[in-house]
Amino acid sequence: MSAALLSTRGLSLKFGGVVAADAIDFDLMPGERLAVVGQNGAGKTTFINICTGYLKADAGTVLLAGTDITGQSPRAITRRGVGRSFQLPQVFGEHTVRECLLIAASAVQRRGGFWAPLAQAVDAAEVDATLELLQLHERAHDLAASLPEGQRKLLDVAMALVLRPKLMIMDEPTSGVSTDEKHGLMAVLMKALDERQVTSIFVEHDIDIVRRYATRLAAWIAGRIAADGAPEQVLRDPVVVKNVIGE
Amino acid sequence: MASNRIVLVAGALLAAVVAVTAAAPWLKTPVLLALANGLAVCGVIVLIRAGQVSFGHAMFASLAGYGVAFMGRAWQLDALLLIALGTLGAALAGALIGLFMVRYRGIFFGMLNLAFSMVLFSVLGKFGHVTGGTDGLRFDRPTFAGQTLERAGFETALLALALVLALAAGWVVMRYFASANGQALAAIKTNETRLEYLGISAKRVFWGGYVLSATLCGLGGSVFALTQGLVTPEMGYWVRSGEIVFIAILGGSGHALGAFIGAFVFEFVKLYAAALLTGAWQMVLGLVLIVMVFVAPTGIFGLLSRRLAGAGASR
Repeated sequence: MSAALLSTRGLSLKFGGVVAADAIDFDLMPGERLAVVGQNGAGKTTFINICTGYLKADAGTVLLAGTDITGQSPRAITRRGVGRSFQLPQVFGEHTVRECLLIAASAVQRRGGFWAPLAQAVDAAEVDATLELLQLHERAHDLAASLPEGQRKLLDVAMALVLRPKLMIMDEPTSGVSTDEKHGLMAVLMKALDERQVTSIFVEHDIDIVRRYATRLAAWIAGRIAADGAPEQVLRDPVVVKNVIGE
Repeated sequence: MASNRIVLVAGALLAAVVAVTAAAPWLKTPVLLALANGLAVCGVIVLIRAGQVSFGHAMFASLAGYGVAFMGRAWQLDALLLIALGTLGAALAGALIGLFMVRYRGIFFGMLNLAFSMVLFSVLGKFGHVTGGTDGLRFDRPTFAGQTLERAGFETALLALALVLALAAGWVVMRYFASANGQALAAIKTNETRLEYLGISAKRVFWGGYVLSATLCGLGGSVFALTQGLVTPEMGYWVRSGEIVFIAILGGSGHALGAFIGAFVFEFVKLYAAALLTGAWQMVLGLVLIVMVFVAPTGIFGLLSRRLAGAGASR
């Protein structure tokens, strides 16, 4: 059995005539921080959508720590330890930041039976620790909808992180965030993931962010992994320079 | 509104109901009908919490009402048992119908509920040899907790029971809203995708809310049937379902107290409008709703809540 945390074999998906995933073989080892780069339409989000159960592949398999999770629902895959954040943050806009995390925590812990008030049904200390870890504690009682985009991104991750996942998959965690704030946001995210010892994959367009925070880089071109390895090595690859970064 | 103020308002309303019905016994029936409506509206606000509106929930009141009538006629059961069994019947129907309904959202959810309710309405109207047809089913006044009571005594006992049930239903609904399941239900309104990516089944959470909602409507229908001693297919007609939604908007869907405030305002506006403007009482109700939407979009409870919060802050 492979020691990889996430593996795919022959993962393929077509949308009509467009090949979004072309027989992808891939292994992610525990502890890695993988950045995924590629032009729009290269198949980056399709890949993570298949891995998290949002899309079903035409062919191929997805293994999580050796267990076949191909075709399972997002809910089942989440329960197996895969957290996910989105390009457009998926938060509960009419709840406060803390309530969002309490609801998230209630997915994995439930004390006091059916009627127990939410705040007593979950480990509030865990929720508050996660809020502090992602520097959201000062906005804990604000409505999620009122947060600026950067903090909504952090909340999106925090809601997945409170589930104590083994793997976190983040789709463009810095999109929609000003250039000045990107590094601050990534620093908070990566510190939180390191502290919780969570392996991560993040889709990213900003090469500076990739250089600074990724331990491994995979470049997607037309539904395939065109280059995969150490970030500096992949970023020097002529095919990647021509098709992804731009000359 | 702070919870102690809500308790004060609820207590004041309760005292007013007791005082008014003691002073004017003829008001017992409209008060009972308002409480029965309020119980059903409690059910509808559970769905509104999830951002869903049903235009067919009177079917559960109707199912429970017919259950009460059938069992009352066949076995002469006690009123307390009839209410329990009628409500249980609605809960079971809600559990079954809910399995299908929770797959839909928005207008599809609303209209499918309406479609189910109209199927039931037609069945009740067409199978006259069993259901009494459009004339409905009349049943004798049952015993109440083992006691055989005259009409006035029965109404008083039923009123006392309905008040207790209203308090219990209000407590259950608010407790449910504060629970993990209730909060997840509210999250369906804003982001079902995130719920699924937390490992929470939005359908299962919604099904729980749907069953609670059907149960409360059934409870209201049971009280309604016992108040009238008669059930007709009109109990489940779509207009009745619309009235329940109307009352929820009128009273405010944010709190169970709003359901009962709305139900009382509705019942008494209807009563007086029908007496003073016969033939045009629906127009009066429509105007009341239009005014409410402009003046208090969060309903009477929302308006009251803001006023009391303002008074508290300025003190």
